[in-house]
Amino acid sequence: MNTQTFLYSLHLADNALILGQRNAEWTGHGPVLEQDIAITNISLDLLGQARNFYQYAAFLFNGFNEEQKKAVDQYIPRLWKKYNRELQEDDLAFLREEQQYLNLLITELPRGDWAQSVLRQFFFSAFQFYLYQQLQNNADQQLAAIAEKSIKEVTYHLRWSGEWVIRLGDGTNESNDRMKNALTDQWMFTGEMFMPEAYELLDVSTIKNSWTKKVDDILSQATLELPKQTWMQSGGKHGKHSEYLGYLLTEMQYLQRTFPNVTW
Amino acid sequence: MIEEQQIWNILEEVKDPEVPVLSVVDLGIVRSVKTANDKIDIIITPTYSGCPAMDVINMDIRLKLIEKGFRNITVQQQLSPAWTTDWLSEEGKKKLKAFGIAPPNPKQQFCSSEMFRQEAVQCPRCNSWHTELISQFGSTACKSMYRCLDCKEAFDYFKCH
Repeated sequence: MNTQTFLYSLHLADNALILGQRNAEWTGHGPVLEQDIAITNISLDLLGQARNFYQYAAFLFNGFNEEQKKAVDQYIPRLWKKYNRELQEDDLAFLREEQQYLNLLITELPRGDWAQSVLRQFFFSAFQFYLYQQLQNNADQQLAAIAEKSIKEVTYHLRWSGEWVIRLGDGTNESNDRMKNALTDQWMFTGEMFMPEAYELLDVSTIKNSWTKKVDDILSQATLELPKQTWMQSGGKHGKHSEYLGYLLTEMQYLQRTFPNVTW
Repeated sequence: MIEEQQIWNILEEVKDPEVPVLSVVDLGIVRSVKTANDKIDIIITPTYSGCPAMDVINMDIRLKLIEKGFRNITVQQQLSPAWTTDWLSEEGKKKLKAFGIAPPNPKQQFCSSEMFRQEAVQCPRCNSWHTELISQFGSTACKSMYRCLDCKEAFDYFKCH
Protein backbone atom coordinates (compact mmCIF):
# COMPACT_ATOMS: atom_id res chain seq x y z
CA MET A 1 0.00 0.00 0.00
CA ASN A 2 2.26 2.78 -1.12
CA THR A 3 2.27 5.73 -3.44
CA GLN A 4 4.43 3.93 -6.01
CA THR A 5 1.78 1.23 -6.49
CA PHE A 6 -0.88 3.93 -6.78
CA LEU A 7 1.00 5.71 -9.57
CA TYR A 8 1.81 2.47 -11.34
CA SER A 9 -1.88 1.48 -11.27
CA LEU A 10 -2.75 4.85 -12.75
CA HIS A 11 -0.20 4.40 -15.52
CA LEU A 12 -1.53 0.93 -16.41
CA ALA A 13 -5.13 2.18 -16.25
CA ASP A 14 -4.41 5.26 -18.37
CA ASN A 15 -2.75 3.18 -21.10
CA ALA A 16 -5.81 0.95 -21.36
CA LEU A 17 -8.38 3.74 -21.09
CA ILE A 18 -6.83 6.07 -23.65
CA LEU A 19 -6.30 3.39 -26.27
CA GLY A 20 -9.78 2.01 -25.55
CA GLN A 21 -11.24 5.46 -26.16
CA ARG A 22 -9.25 5.86 -29.40
CA ASN A 23 -10.35 2.52 -30.76
CA ALA A 24 -13.95 3.29 -29.85
CA GLU A 25 -13.83 6.11 -32.42
CA TRP A 26 -14.19 3.32 -35.00
CA THR A 27 -17.70 2.53 -33.75
CA GLY A 28 -19.85 2.71 -36.85
CA HIS A 29 -16.83 3.57 -39.04
CA GLY A 30 -14.99 0.23 -39.38
CA PRO A 31 -14.09 -0.99 -42.88
CA VAL A 32 -16.60 -3.84 -42.58
CA LEU A 33 -19.11 -4.67 -39.88
CA GLU A 34 -17.16 -7.62 -38.45
CA GLN A 35 -14.00 -5.56 -38.02
CA ASP A 36 -15.91 -2.64 -36.60
CA ILE A 37 -17.18 -5.10 -33.98
CA ALA A 38 -13.71 -6.55 -33.47
CA ILE A 39 -11.90 -3.30 -32.71
CA THR A 40 -14.69 -2.06 -30.44
CA ASN A 41 -14.62 -5.39 -28.59
CA ILE A 42 -10.94 -4.72 -27.99
CA SER A 43 -11.97 -1.29 -26.68
CA LEU A 44 -14.35 -2.94 -24.27
CA ASP A 45 -11.67 -5.30 -22.94
CA LEU A 46 -9.29 -2.35 -22.48
CA LEU A 47 -11.98 -0.37 -20.70
CA GLY A 48 -12.54 -3.31 -18.36
CA GLN A 49 -8.83 -3.53 -17.61
CA ALA A 50 -8.72 0.23 -17.00
CA ARG A 51 -11.63 -0.05 -14.55
CA ASN A 52 -9.87 -2.76 -12.57
CA PHE A 53 -6.70 -0.66 -12.28
CA TYR A 54 -8.61 2.56 -11.43
CA GLN A 55 -10.67 0.76 -8.78
CA TYR A 56 -7.47 -0.48 -7.21
CA ALA A 57 -5.84 2.98 -7.39
CA ALA A 58 -8.90 4.55 -5.74
CA PHE A 59 -8.90 1.85 -3.06
CA LEU A 60 -5.22 2.50 -2.32
CA PHE A 61 -5.71 6.26 -2.20
CA ASN A 62 -8.66 6.04 0.19
CA GLY A 63 -6.46 4.03 2.55
CA PHE A 64 -3.57 6.53 2.47
CA ASN A 65 -2.55 8.67 5.44
CA GLU A 66 -2.29 12.45 5.02
CA GLU A 67 1.38 12.34 4.14
CA GLN A 68 0.84 9.77 1.39
CA LYS A 69 -2.12 11.72 0.03
CA LYS A 70 0.02 14.82 -0.14
CA ALA A 71 2.74 12.94 -2.01
CA VAL A 72 0.40 12.07 -4.89
CA ASP A 73 -1.69 15.25 -4.71
CA GLN A 74 -0.58 16.50 -8.11
CA TYR A 75 -2.36 13.52 -9.73
CA ILE A 76 -5.66 13.94 -7.89
CA PRO A 77 -8.49 15.72 -9.75
CA ARG A 78 -9.23 19.20 -8.40
CA LEU A 79 -12.98 18.91 -8.92
CA TRP A 80 -13.17 15.79 -6.77
CA LYS A 81 -11.76 17.71 -3.79
CA LYS A 82 -15.05 19.61 -3.58
CA TYR A 83 -17.12 16.42 -3.53
CA ASN A 84 -16.44 15.44 0.09
CA ARG A 85 -16.62 11.74 -0.56
CA GLU A 86 -14.17 8.91 -1.17
CA LEU A 87 -12.24 8.82 -4.43
CA GLN A 88 -13.84 6.58 -7.10
CA GLU A 89 -12.74 5.07 -10.38
CA ASP A 90 -14.80 7.55 -12.42
CA ASP A 91 -13.12 10.54 -10.77
CA LEU A 92 -9.75 9.25 -11.92
CA ALA A 93 -10.96 8.58 -15.45
CA PHE A 94 -13.09 11.63 -16.07
CA LEU A 95 -11.83 14.49 -13.93
CA ARG A 96 -8.06 14.53 -14.29
CA GLU A 97 -6.29 16.94 -16.61
CA GLU A 98 -3.76 16.20 -19.34
CA GLN A 99 -0.64 16.51 -17.21
CA GLN A 100 -2.13 14.15 -14.64
CA TYR A 101 -2.36 11.33 -17.19
CA LEU A 102 0.52 8.85 -17.24
CA ASN A 103 -0.26 6.92 -20.44
CA LEU A 104 2.24 6.09 -23.16
CA LEU A 105 2.22 8.59 -26.03
CA ILE A 106 1.52 5.84 -28.56
CA THR A 107 -1.93 5.26 -27.03
CA GLU A 108 -3.06 8.85 -27.62
CA LEU A 109 -2.02 9.17 -31.29
CA PRO A 110 -5.00 9.81 -33.60
CA ARG A 111 -6.71 6.71 -34.92
CA GLY A 112 -5.52 7.51 -38.45
CA ASP A 113 -6.44 5.03 -41.18
CA TRP A 114 -7.04 1.32 -40.59
CA ALA A 115 -3.35 0.51 -41.11
CA GLN A 116 -2.39 2.98 -38.38
CA SER A 117 -4.97 1.68 -35.96
CA VAL A 118 -4.08 -1.99 -36.38
CA LEU A 119 -0.31 -1.39 -36.31
CA ARG A 120 -0.58 0.64 -33.10
CA GLN A 121 -2.80 -2.07 -31.62
CA PHE A 122 -0.23 -4.69 -32.54
CA PHE A 123 2.68 -2.75 -30.98
CA PHE A 124 0.66 -2.12 -27.85
CA SER A 125 -0.82 -5.62 -27.51
CA ALA A 126 2.62 -7.21 -27.90
CA PHE A 127 3.84 -4.86 -25.14
CA GLN A 128 0.88 -5.64 -22.87
CA PHE A 129 1.31 -9.36 -23.50
CA TYR A 130 4.91 -9.50 -22.22
CA LEU A 131 4.21 -6.93 -19.50
CA TYR A 132 1.27 -8.86 -18.06
CA GLN A 133 3.23 -12.08 -18.32
CA GLN A 134 5.65 -10.60 -15.78
CA LEU A 135 3.09 -8.65 -13.78
CA GLN A 136 1.02 -11.75 -13.02
CA ASN A 137 3.92 -12.93 -10.84
CA ASN A 138 4.25 -9.60 -9.04
CA ALA A 139 4.32 -9.45 -5.24
CA ASP A 140 1.36 -7.08 -5.35
CA GLN A 141 -1.51 -9.55 -5.44
CA GLN A 142 -4.16 -7.30 -6.91
CA LEU A 143 -1.98 -6.14 -9.81
CA ALA A 144 -0.98 -9.77 -10.38
CA ALA A 145 -4.65 -10.84 -10.44
CA ILE A 146 -5.61 -8.12 -12.93
CA ALA A 147 -2.69 -9.14 -15.16
CA GLU A 148 -3.61 -12.83 -14.95
CA LYS A 149 -7.16 -11.98 -15.97
CA SER A 150 -6.23 -9.50 -18.71
CA ILE A 151 -3.54 -11.48 -20.49
CA LYS A 152 -6.18 -13.89 -21.78
CA GLU A 153 -7.92 -11.01 -23.51
CA VAL A 154 -4.67 -9.53 -24.75
CA THR A 155 -3.83 -12.88 -26.38
CA TYR A 156 -6.83 -12.38 -28.67
CA HIS A 157 -5.88 -8.76 -29.37
CA LEU A 158 -2.35 -9.76 -30.28
CA ARG A 159 -3.52 -12.42 -32.70
CA TRP A 160 -6.09 -10.20 -34.33
CA SER A 161 -3.81 -7.18 -34.76
CA GLY A 162 -0.83 -9.30 -35.86
CA GLU A 163 -2.94 -10.95 -38.54
CA TRP A 164 -4.00 -7.54 -39.82
CA VAL A 165 -0.41 -6.27 -39.98
CA ILE A 166 0.51 -9.31 -42.08
CA ARG A 167 -2.61 -9.06 -44.24
CA LEU A 168 -2.02 -5.41 -45.09
CA GLY A 169 1.77 -5.51 -45.29
CA ASP A 170 1.70 -8.52 -47.59
CA GLY A 171 -1.40 -7.34 -49.43
CA THR A 172 -1.80 -4.91 -52.32
CA ASN A 173 0.56 -2.05 -53.25
CA GLU A 174 -1.86 0.35 -51.64
CA SER A 175 -2.15 -1.57 -48.34
CA ASN A 176 1.62 -2.11 -48.24
CA ASP A 177 2.19 1.64 -48.73
CA ARG A 178 -0.19 2.48 -45.95
CA MET A 179 1.47 0.02 -43.61
CA LYS A 180 4.90 1.49 -44.42
CA ASN A 181 3.61 4.99 -43.70
CA ALA A 182 2.12 3.86 -40.42
CA LEU A 183 5.39 2.22 -39.47
CA THR A 184 7.36 5.39 -40.25
CA ASP A 185 4.93 7.53 -38.24
CA GLN A 186 4.67 5.28 -35.19
CA TRP A 187 8.08 3.73 -34.73
CA MET A 188 9.46 6.68 -32.74
CA PHE A 189 6.67 6.15 -30.18
CA THR A 190 7.54 2.52 -29.42
CA GLY A 191 10.70 3.19 -27.39
CA GLU A 192 8.83 4.83 -24.53
CA MET A 193 7.35 1.46 -23.52
CA PHE A 194 10.78 0.29 -22.39
CA MET A 195 12.06 3.46 -20.70
CA PRO A 196 11.90 2.78 -16.95
CA GLU A 197 9.93 5.14 -14.74
CA ALA A 198 10.40 5.40 -10.96
CA TYR A 199 6.87 4.21 -10.12
CA GLU A 200 7.07 0.98 -12.10
CA LEU A 201 7.04 -2.22 -10.06
CA LEU A 202 8.92 -4.17 -12.69
CA ASP A 203 11.80 -3.45 -15.02
CA VAL A 204 10.21 -2.78 -18.42
CA SER A 205 13.56 -2.77 -20.19
CA THR A 206 13.65 -6.57 -19.75
CA ILE A 207 10.55 -6.91 -21.95
CA LYS A 208 12.20 -5.21 -24.89
CA ASN A 209 13.90 -8.32 -26.30
CA SER A 210 10.77 -10.46 -26.41
CA TRP A 211 8.80 -7.56 -27.86
CA THR A 212 11.37 -6.84 -30.57
CA LYS A 213 11.52 -10.53 -31.49
CA LYS A 214 7.75 -10.73 -31.87
CA VAL A 215 7.57 -7.49 -33.85
CA ASP A 216 10.42 -8.55 -36.11
CA ASP A 217 8.72 -11.89 -36.78
CA ILE A 218 5.36 -10.36 -37.70
CA LEU A 219 6.88 -7.54 -39.76
CA SER A 220 8.96 -9.97 -41.79
CA GLN A 221 5.85 -12.09 -42.49
CA ALA A 222 4.24 -8.82 -43.55
CA THR A 223 7.18 -8.14 -45.94
CA LEU A 224 8.02 -5.04 -43.91
CA GLU A 225 11.32 -4.10 -42.36
CA LEU A 226 12.06 -3.17 -38.78
CA PRO A 227 12.88 0.57 -38.99
CA LYS A 228 16.49 1.53 -38.36
CA GLN A 229 15.62 4.80 -36.68
CA THR A 230 16.62 4.79 -33.03
CA TRP A 231 15.63 8.23 -31.69
CA MET A 232 12.52 7.85 -29.57
CA GLN A 233 9.80 10.17 -28.27
CA SER A 234 8.99 10.12 -24.57
CA GLY A 235 7.15 12.07 -21.88
CA GLY A 236 3.71 10.47 -21.57
CA LYS A 237 4.73 8.29 -18.64
CA HIS A 238 5.40 11.37 -16.54
CA GLY A 239 2.59 13.56 -17.80
CA LYS A 240 4.11 15.36 -20.79
CA HIS A 241 1.74 14.68 -23.66
CA SER A 242 1.18 15.44 -27.31
CA GLU A 243 -1.49 17.90 -28.36
CA TYR A 244 -3.79 15.00 -29.26
CA LEU A 245 -4.56 14.02 -25.66
CA GLY A 246 -6.36 17.24 -24.76
CA TYR A 247 -8.87 16.84 -27.58
CA LEU A 248 -9.48 13.23 -26.65
CA LEU A 249 -10.09 14.12 -22.99
CA THR A 250 -12.38 16.99 -23.90
CA GLU A 251 -14.67 14.61 -25.72
CA MET A 252 -14.38 11.76 -23.23
CA GLN A 253 -14.87 13.90 -20.10
CA TYR A 254 -17.58 16.18 -21.44
CA LEU A 255 -20.50 14.55 -19.63
CA GLN A 256 -18.91 14.30 -16.17
CA ARG A 257 -17.68 17.88 -16.35
CA THR A 258 -21.00 19.29 -17.54
CA PHE A 259 -23.12 17.23 -15.15
CA PRO A 260 -20.84 16.41 -12.19
CA ASN A 261 -21.55 13.00 -10.61
CA VAL A 262 -24.13 12.11 -13.24
CA THR A 263 -24.96 8.39 -13.42
CA TRP A 264 -27.24 6.21 -15.49
CA MET B 1 -29.34 -21.34 9.69
CA ILE B 2 -29.27 -21.11 5.91
CA GLU B 3 -28.10 -24.12 3.93
CA GLU B 4 -25.43 -23.36 1.32
CA GLN B 5 -27.00 -25.85 -1.07
CA GLN B 6 -30.25 -23.92 -0.87
CA ILE B 7 -28.42 -20.78 -2.07
CA TRP B 8 -26.73 -22.67 -4.93
CA ASN B 9 -30.19 -23.86 -6.02
CA ILE B 10 -31.49 -20.30 -6.03
CA LEU B 11 -28.49 -19.12 -8.03
CA GLU B 12 -29.51 -21.61 -10.74
CA GLU B 13 -32.42 -19.25 -11.36
CA VAL B 14 -30.17 -16.23 -12.00
CA LYS B 15 -29.48 -16.03 -15.73
CA ASP B 16 -26.69 -14.42 -17.73
CA PRO B 17 -28.46 -11.35 -19.19
CA GLU B 18 -26.63 -11.72 -22.51
CA VAL B 19 -26.98 -15.50 -22.89
CA PRO B 20 -30.26 -16.05 -21.04
CA VAL B 21 -30.23 -19.86 -21.35
CA LEU B 22 -27.24 -20.04 -19.00
CA SER B 23 -27.47 -19.60 -15.26
CA VAL B 24 -24.59 -18.01 -13.37
CA VAL B 25 -23.84 -21.48 -12.01
CA ASP B 26 -23.70 -22.99 -15.53
CA LEU B 27 -21.29 -20.20 -16.51
CA GLY B 28 -18.95 -21.17 -13.71
CA ILE B 29 -18.63 -17.64 -12.39
CA VAL B 30 -19.86 -18.36 -8.85
CA ARG B 31 -16.66 -19.19 -7.00
CA SER B 32 -18.01 -19.64 -3.53
CA VAL B 33 -21.10 -19.43 -1.37
CA LYS B 34 -20.67 -19.12 2.39
CA THR B 35 -23.42 -18.81 4.94
CA ALA B 36 -23.27 -17.98 8.63
CA ASN B 37 -26.49 -17.49 10.62
CA ASP B 38 -28.54 -15.13 8.42
CA LYS B 39 -25.54 -13.86 6.44
CA ILE B 40 -24.74 -14.90 2.85
CA ASP B 41 -21.34 -14.20 1.25
CA ILE B 42 -21.05 -14.88 -2.45
CA ILE B 43 -17.90 -14.54 -4.52
CA ILE B 44 -18.18 -14.25 -8.28
CA THR B 45 -15.49 -13.85 -10.93
CA PRO B 46 -15.91 -11.86 -14.16
CA THR B 47 -15.80 -13.62 -17.52
CA TYR B 48 -14.07 -10.76 -19.40
CA SER B 49 -12.68 -7.62 -17.70
CA GLY B 50 -15.02 -5.32 -19.60
CA CYS B 51 -18.10 -7.53 -19.66
CA PRO B 52 -21.00 -5.13 -19.02
CA ALA B 53 -23.14 -8.05 -17.85
CA MET B 54 -21.12 -8.37 -14.63
CA ASP B 55 -22.70 -5.39 -12.86
CA VAL B 56 -26.14 -6.61 -13.90
CA ILE B 57 -25.38 -10.15 -12.69
CA ASN B 58 -24.22 -8.79 -9.36
CA MET B 59 -27.51 -6.93 -8.98
CA ASP B 60 -29.62 -9.85 -10.25
CA ILE B 61 -28.10 -12.17 -7.63
CA ARG B 62 -29.05 -9.71 -4.89
CA LEU B 63 -32.55 -9.19 -6.23
CA LYS B 64 -33.18 -12.92 -6.54
CA LEU B 65 -32.04 -13.57 -2.97
CA ILE B 66 -34.08 -10.64 -1.66
CA GLU B 67 -37.09 -11.99 -3.52
CA LYS B 68 -36.58 -15.30 -1.67
CA GLY B 69 -36.60 -13.52 1.64
CA PHE B 70 -32.89 -13.09 2.38
CA ARG B 71 -31.58 -9.70 3.49
CA ASN B 72 -27.99 -9.94 4.66
CA ILE B 73 -26.16 -10.46 1.36
CA THR B 74 -22.70 -9.53 0.11
CA VAL B 75 -21.58 -10.22 -3.43
CA GLN B 76 -17.87 -9.70 -4.05
CA GLN B 77 -15.72 -9.98 -7.16
CA GLN B 78 -12.53 -11.95 -7.24
CA LEU B 79 -10.22 -11.88 -10.29
CA SER B 80 -7.82 -14.71 -9.55
CA PRO B 81 -7.84 -17.53 -10.55
CA ALA B 82 -9.06 -16.11 -13.85
CA TRP B 83 -12.30 -17.50 -15.26
CA THR B 84 -11.97 -20.02 -18.06
CA THR B 85 -14.55 -21.61 -20.35
CA ASP B 86 -13.41 -24.94 -18.90
CA TRP B 87 -15.55 -24.01 -15.88
CA LEU B 88 -18.73 -24.06 -17.94
CA SER B 89 -20.90 -26.95 -16.78
CA GLU B 90 -21.67 -29.84 -19.13
CA GLU B 91 -25.32 -28.95 -18.69
CA GLY B 92 -24.47 -25.37 -19.72
CA LYS B 93 -22.73 -26.55 -22.88
CA LYS B 94 -25.81 -28.55 -23.89
CA LYS B 95 -28.05 -25.55 -23.25
CA LEU B 96 -25.79 -23.34 -25.38
CA LYS B 97 -25.93 -25.73 -28.30
CA ALA B 98 -29.71 -26.06 -28.07
CA PHE B 99 -29.86 -22.24 -28.10
CA GLY B 100 -27.86 -22.12 -31.38
CA ILE B 101 -24.48 -21.13 -29.93
CA ALA B 102 -21.58 -23.53 -30.44
CA PRO B 103 -20.16 -24.44 -27.00
CA PRO B 104 -16.45 -23.79 -26.29
CA ASN B 105 -13.80 -26.34 -27.13
CA PRO B 106 -11.53 -27.40 -24.26
CA LYS B 107 -8.97 -24.73 -23.50
CA GLN B 108 -5.84 -26.88 -23.92
CA GLN B 109 -6.82 -27.51 -27.50
CA PHE B 110 -6.52 -23.91 -28.62
CA CYS B 111 -6.25 -20.43 -27.08
CA SER B 112 -2.87 -19.23 -28.29
CA SER B 113 -1.53 -16.01 -29.74
CA GLU B 114 -0.39 -17.76 -32.93
CA MET B 115 -1.62 -16.14 -36.11
CA PHE B 116 -4.01 -17.59 -38.68
CA ARG B 117 -4.78 -20.80 -36.81
CA GLN B 118 -8.30 -22.04 -37.33
CA GLU B 119 -10.15 -23.92 -34.67
CA ALA B 120 -12.48 -26.76 -35.68
CA VAL B 121 -15.92 -25.75 -34.47
CA GLN B 122 -19.03 -27.82 -34.95
CA CYS B 123 -22.13 -26.15 -36.38
CA PRO B 124 -24.77 -26.13 -33.60
CA ARG B 125 -27.57 -26.51 -36.17
CA CYS B 126 -26.53 -29.28 -38.57
CA ASN B 127 -23.54 -30.70 -36.60
CA SER B 128 -21.21 -30.31 -39.57
CA TRP B 129 -17.51 -29.71 -38.86
CA HIS B 130 -17.23 -28.02 -42.24
CA THR B 131 -17.24 -24.48 -40.85
CA GLU B 132 -15.08 -21.38 -41.06
CA LEU B 133 -14.22 -18.40 -38.90
CA ILE B 134 -15.77 -15.06 -39.86
CA SER B 135 -14.33 -13.06 -36.97
CA GLN B 136 -12.69 -13.73 -33.63
CA PHE B 137 -14.98 -11.10 -32.10
CA GLY B 138 -18.76 -11.18 -31.97
CA SER B 139 -21.85 -9.60 -30.48
CA THR B 140 -20.53 -10.01 -26.93
CA ALA B 141 -17.01 -10.27 -25.51
CA CYS B 142 -17.35 -14.04 -25.03
CA LYS B 143 -18.31 -14.97 -28.60
CA SER B 144 -16.78 -15.20 -32.06
CA MET B 145 -18.54 -15.55 -35.40
CA TYR B 146 -18.47 -18.61 -37.62
CA ARG B 147 -20.31 -19.79 -40.68
CA CYS B 148 -21.31 -23.31 -41.62
CA LEU B 149 -20.25 -24.26 -45.15
CA ASP B 150 -22.84 -27.05 -45.33
CA CYS B 151 -26.07 -25.55 -44.03
CA LYS B 152 -24.79 -22.04 -44.90
CA GLU B 153 -25.95 -20.55 -41.60
CA ALA B 154 -23.81 -18.11 -39.66
CA PHE B 155 -23.57 -18.89 -35.95
CA ASP B 156 -21.98 -17.70 -32.72
CA TYR B 157 -19.21 -19.66 -31.07
CA PHE B 158 -18.70 -19.26 -27.33
CA LYS B 159 -14.94 -18.93 -27.72
CA CYS B 160 -12.48 -20.75 -25.57
CA HIS B 161 -10.94 -18.56 -22.91
